[in-house]
Amino acid sequence: MELVTPGIGLIFWMTLSFGLLLFVLTKFAWRPIMSMLREREQSIEEALHEADKARDEMKQLQAHNIELLNQAKEERDAILKDARQIREKLIEEAREKAGREYDRLLESAQEAIKNEKMAAITELKNEIATLSIDIAERLMRERLTSAEKQDGLVQKLINEIKIN
Amino acid sequence: MKRTLKKALYQLVPYWAFLLAGIMLTTVVQGESVQPPDHQTTEKEAFAAGEMIIDHVVDAHEWHIAVVGHTHITIPLPVILWHNGQFHAFSSSNFHHGHDAYNGFRLMSEEPYKGKIISVTTATDGLEVINPDLPLDFSITKNVLSVFMSSALIAILFIVIARNYKRTRGHAPKGIQSLMEPIILFIRDDIAKASIGHHYEKFTPYLLTIFFFIFLNNLLGIVPFFPGGANVTGNIGVTAVLALFTFGITTFSGNKAYWKHIFNAPGVPWWLKLPVPLMPVVELVGVFTKPFVLMVRLFANITAGHIIILGFMSLIFIFGNMNPVTGYSVSIVSVGFAIFMGLLECLVALIQAYVFTLLSAIYFGMATDDHH
Repeated sequence: MELVTPGIGLIFWMTLSFGLLLFVLTKFAWRPIMSMLREREQSIEEALHEADKARDEMKQLQAHNIELLNQAKEERDAILKDARQIREKLIEEAREKAGREYDRLLESAQEAIKNEKMAAITELKNEIATLSIDIAERLMRERLTSAEKQDGLVQKLINEIKIN
Repeated sequence: MKRTLKKALYQLVPYWAFLLAGIMLTTVVQGESVQPPDHQTTEKEAFAAGEMIIDHVVDAHEWHIAVVGHTHITIPLPVILWHNGQFHAFSSSNFHHGHDAYNGFRLMSEEPYKGKIISVTTATDGLEVINPDLPLDFSITKNVLSVFMSSALIAILFIVIARNYKRTRGHAPKGIQSLMEPIILFIRDDIAKASIGHHYEKFTPYLLTIFFFIFLNNLLGIVPFFPGGANVTGNIGVTAVLALFTFGITTFSGNKAYWKHIFNAPGVPWWLKLPVPLMPVVELVGVFTKPFVLMVRLFANITAGHIIILGFMSLIFIFGNMNPVTGYSVSIVSVGFAIFMGLLECLVALIQAYVFTLLSAIYFGMATDDHH
């Protein structure tokens, strides 16, 4: 029977010491331990979160880099294309200009040649005229003497005239 | 070769421990059996297993360690009595193990007041007359001292651990701290958080305290000698106080939904509540049976384990009283079984601490649940 009849003294001391133990442990052990555990868990979680964030940022940065690179490539291609176009245009223009110049030169050369030719012909005509007048003058003068002499003179004059 | 020998010796440690316990019990029992001259009849009658077992399981006013020859080695404990409006405090050694009265008080060793301190007055003819009013006994008994010691041990241990936490702030745990941290986390996450929900933080300190208090006292109860050996958690007074704490916390933290569930349970047909309040009565009885069951479960589990071990030990002396040779041969079997029981007790020590804590947490969870 003693086994199941609790003594009042034991209940009193047990309540007192357990109550005290509960109070002391709650105040000096469990609260600090719990707060430290929470703090540590939070810091671990934060660290993990930050690592995740860093990874994301890294990824973003990489993506950004690739984008930049692509952009740069595009730009380069565009520039190259432009340059090519400009070059072709320049060449075309130059060619055109050259053609035009050539034509103009050709034309002017032909003009000049024509002019020169006309001048030469005119000069030649004048010369021939002068010569003819000269010959005629001389002939006139010779004819005054004799017919043979006139012929000989004409022959001689003709030989003298050397039209190159 | 040497290593295996050493390993084998280490494996025998529990055996040595129990052999030593056996030797201790031998001396105790022998000492008691030969000691009172007027009871000396025959050897067979002298050893009463039931009495020995109960004596070892219940509380005592002195801490009995061993008997060497005819002298008891005991730690006398202070007796504090409240009788007729005044306190009496003296050492329990004054009772001389119940042989002498002191200051008008006597420690009884016979029924119906067995183990209790009563007030006596010596009549003129030299006979003692028992006063009908019993003194209130606030003595520091074996269990009380054990509770003090284990409480101090737990307090020191966890305050030291809390200091460690402050020192290793934000870093991995070290030493004893890392031994206790998984248990603390288990109680917090798998008992408190799982059973209570988001109000768990308020109850975690209590749950941690009861777990470690019950667990340590269960373990100390298995150790057969001082400072262990007191059957603290196998004492109904101790378990009653623990259950009352759980009951008190449950009752005081009970919310509206909890009380509504008791007195006007939703989803129950009205004729179970009116005119005969059947369900409310059942629920109200349930409120009180929960802590009662907590009290009885812990007490019965721990005491039963102790009784079984002591029973195996008693067998040795029962057979030894018949014939010493039989006693020795039975001792092999008994010690084997006692080792097995001791290991089982280690498991029970943990399981019962866990069950008490878990059920307390579940009751708190029921009291603070706000999903209804």
